[in-house]
Amino acid sequence: MIDLSNVSKTFTLHNQGSAVIEVLNDVSLTVSPGECVALTGASGAGKSTLMRMIYGNYRAQSGKIRVGGVDLVQSEPREIIQIRREVLGYVSQFLRVVPRVPTLDVVAEPLRAVGMGSDEARTRAKDLLAQLNIPERLWSLSPTTFSGGEQQRVNIARGFAHPYPAMLLDEPTASLDAANREVVLSLIETAKARGAAIIGIFHDEAARTRVCDSEIDVSRFTPARAA
Amino acid sequence: MTPLISVKDITKSYGAHIGCADVSFDLYPGEVMGIVGESGSGKSTLLNCMAGHLRPDAGSVVFDTRGHGPRDTVTMSEPERRMLSRTDWAFVHQHARDGLRMGVSAGGNVGERLMAVGARHYGDIRDKAVDWLERVEIDAGRVDDRPTTFSGGMQQRLQIARNLVTGPRLVFMDEPTGGLDVSVQARLLDLLRGLVRDMGLSAIIVTHDLAVVRLLANRLMVMKDGQVVENGLTDQVLDDPQHAYTQLLVSSVLQV
Amino acid sequence: MTPSSEYNFAYLDEQTKRMIRRAILKGLAIPGYQVPFASREMPMPYGWGTGGVQVSAAVLTPDDRFKVIDQGADDTTNAVSIRTFFERTAGVATTTATPVATVIQTRHRIPEEPLTEGQVLVYQVPIPEPLRFLEPRESETRKMHSLEEYGLMHVKLYEDISRHGHIATSYAYPVKVEARYVMDPSPIPKFDNPKLGDCPAIQLFGAGREQRIYALPPYTQVVSLDFEDHPFEASKADHPCGLCGADDSYLDEVIVDDTGGRMFVCSDTDYCEGRQAAGHRGKDLGGKDAA
Repeated sequence: MIDLSNVSKTFTLHNQGSAVIEVLNDVSLTVSPGECVALTGASGAGKSTLMRMIYGNYRAQSGKIRVGGVDLVQSEPREIIQIRREVLGYVSQFLRVVPRVPTLDVVAEPLRAVGMGSDEARTRAKDLLAQLNIPERLWSLSPTTFSGGEQQRVNIARGFAHPYPAMLLDEPTASLDAANREVVLSLIETAKARGAAIIGIFHDEAARTRVCDSEIDVSRFTPARAA
Repeated sequence: MTPLISVKDITKSYGAHIGCADVSFDLYPGEVMGIVGESGSGKSTLLNCMAGHLRPDAGSVVFDTRGHGPRDTVTMSEPERRMLSRTDWAFVHQHARDGLRMGVSAGGNVGERLMAVGARHYGDIRDKAVDWLERVEIDAGRVDDRPTTFSGGMQQRLQIARNLVTGPRLVFMDEPTGGLDVSVQARLLDLLRGLVRDMGLSAIIVTHDLAVVRLLANRLMVMKDGQVVENGLTDQVLDDPQHAYTQLLVSSVLQV
Repeated sequence: MTPSSEYNFAYLDEQTKRMIRRAILKGLAIPGYQVPFASREMPMPYGWGTGGVQVSAAVLTPDDRFKVIDQGADDTTNAVSIRTFFERTAGVATTTATPVATVIQTRHRIPEEPLTEGQVLVYQVPIPEPLRFLEPRESETRKMHSLEEYGLMHVKLYEDISRHGHIATSYAYPVKVEARYVMDPSPIPKFDNPKLGDCPAIQLFGAGREQRIYALPPYTQVVSLDFEDHPFEASKADHPCGLCGADDSYLDEVIVDDTGGRMFVCSDTDYCEGRQAAGHRGKDLGGKDAA
C-alpha cells in the first residue's frame, strides 16, 4: 500500500550561504494493508521528515514514493490532493484549522470532502468526538481555544473520520491521559483490522509494542553528518 | 481531464517594465490556486490578463467554455468575453467598492447578474438574492439596504454573493481579505472554503498573505519580478520551499 | 412678421441643418440609437429645449404648420416663446390644434389626439442616456448599448419595486425599441408610453446639452421594460377631467385655493378645449367658467 524505494532528501538553504543539508538517503520500505510500521530513531533522525515526504509535504530529491500505486514524487498537485482526500490520512502533532469553524465541522470536513452529505458526516463526527471524550458542549466551538490534549483529540477524530486505506500517525498518543490513550489505540487497531496500512511515530513504547507489527530505525538512512 | 483554464506564455509589459513574463500553467476543475509575491511581482497583472481586464502582449488563456469547449479568451470577441465574465467567471476585488454598486440595494447588487443573463421575474430574483445573502451570512432583513450601510466584512461578503449567484465555474480573487480585520478575515476564509467545496468552484487567488493561501489554496505559484519562481502543492511550497526567494518569503513571515 | 430674406430660414444656417438632418436620418435608420451631433448655441439656455429647437429647425419647411406644447399645454411660457421664435425666424404658420399641425415640438407629453402619417413629433430631451444614473461612465454605457448589455436597466426597476412595492418610475420610463436599443423616451409620463409604439407619425428626440439625436420611424415596435410579475402599467390620476369630463386623458392636479381644494384637468389643453367645444362638461366647469 505504501512503498518507498531509494528515496533521498536534502535541504538547500539559499539564504544561509546555500548550505546543503542531507537529511535522508536511500530510504526503501514497504507497508502492506493491515500492517502498522513504527518509525524509530533519536530526535532529529528524520522521522517526521520522512513522514512529511510520504504525505507529499516535503519534496523528495530522488526515488519513488508510491501510495496506492501512485508515485507522489512525480505527481501533479491535484493528484496528490486526490490521494490525500481519498487514500492517505495524516494525523499531525498539531491541529491546524480555520479559526471560528466549529469542532464538529472540523471533524466532519474530510467526510464532506469525499462527498458525504452534511448530516451523515456530522453524525459520524459526533460519534468520534464522543468516543474521544470531548464534552458535547464544546462541539459547537472552534477548537482553537481548546487545551493541548483536547486539540490533539479533535485532530485524531478528524484524522480517523474517513476510513483511509493508508494512514500516517505522528505521536497520536502524546499528551493524552490513560483513558483517551486507550481509545486512540483501539481506533488504530480497528483501522488495521479493516486493512489500513499505517506508518506511525510513537514515543510511547507500550503503545508501539501493542499496535505495531515492525519497527524501522530511521537513523540508518541518515547520512553521517559532520558535527 | 480537460483543464478548466490553460494559461500559456502570458507576457505583459508596460513599456520597458515587465509586468509578467512567460507564465504558463493549467488549472483543473475544483482546484484553488494561490499566487503570491511581493508588490510589483506581476501577480495582479497576471490576474487581470487572465480575467480579460488587460490584454496580454503575448500568450493565450484557453478556457473550457460550457457551450463551445476550450476557447482562447485573449482572441475571442469582446462580447463573448464579457458574457463569460457575467456567467462562468467571477471577479472578487480587494475593495468591495470596486465590485459593488454602492447606490443600489444589496438585493439589487446580487440580482444584477441574474438580470444581465435574462431573469425577468422580480419575485424569483429577490428570492435568489435573499438566499444568497443568507449563504454569505448577511441577515435577509438587510436585502433592501445599500452597501454603504454595511461594514467592510459585510461588503466583501456581499461582493462574493453578487459574484457567485450565477453559478460561475472560475473565480478570480484579488486580495479578497486585504484591509479586513483579522477576525473578519477568518470568517470570510471559512465562508470561501465552504463555497468552493460545495459549488465545486475553481479559483485563482492573488494575495501576499501566506496564511490565506495556506487555508484556501491547494496549490501555489510564487512570483518575483514578473516570473514564476516556484510552483507546487501549497503546503509543500510553504513548508519545503526550494527557491531562494520562496525561502526568504516564508522565513520573513512573523510568527504569532 | 415675415422672415427677412437677409436671414436664413429657421434660424440655423444650411450647413448646420444638413448636419442635423444627417443625424436624424441615421437615427431613423437605427431606431433608438443615440446619434451624436454638433449641437449649436441657441438663443435660450440649456434645459429650455435647445435640442428640440435644433431638430425642429432642421425639419421645418415653409409649408409646415407648427405646434409647440409644454407638458401638454400650448399656452405656457416655454411653448409660447418657442412658437414665437419660429414664427419670427421661419415665418411658418402655427397652430394649437393637434390634427392640423405637421410638426409638433413637445416637452414631456404626447398629445392625446392620435397622431397621423405625415406628422413629425419633436421631443425635447434633457438626458438621453437611460443607463446614466446607474453607470456614470459614458464609455461604459456606449459599450453596454453596443453589446446589448441591459441587465442594469432592470436593476433600476428592481430597486423601484424593492423600495416602493411597485415600479414607481412614473416618467422617463425606459423602453426597448425593435427588440434592440433601450431608449429614454424623455420625461413623458409613463401614461404616454403606449403611444410611442406603432405610431404613424415620425418621432424625433433632440438633446442639445448632451448633443444627441435619436428617432423612432413610423410604426416602430416600442416595449416598456418590466418584470413578468410586475408588468408595465400606464397609470394616470384616477379621476375624470374637471373641465371636459374626459376619463381617458392624462391629468394635471391643480390646487385651486389655500384650503386644500384641488381639481384634475387634462394636461393636453388643445384636447380639453376641443372636447369642451363639442359640448362635454366636467364637474368643476361651472364656477371656473363664470370666474
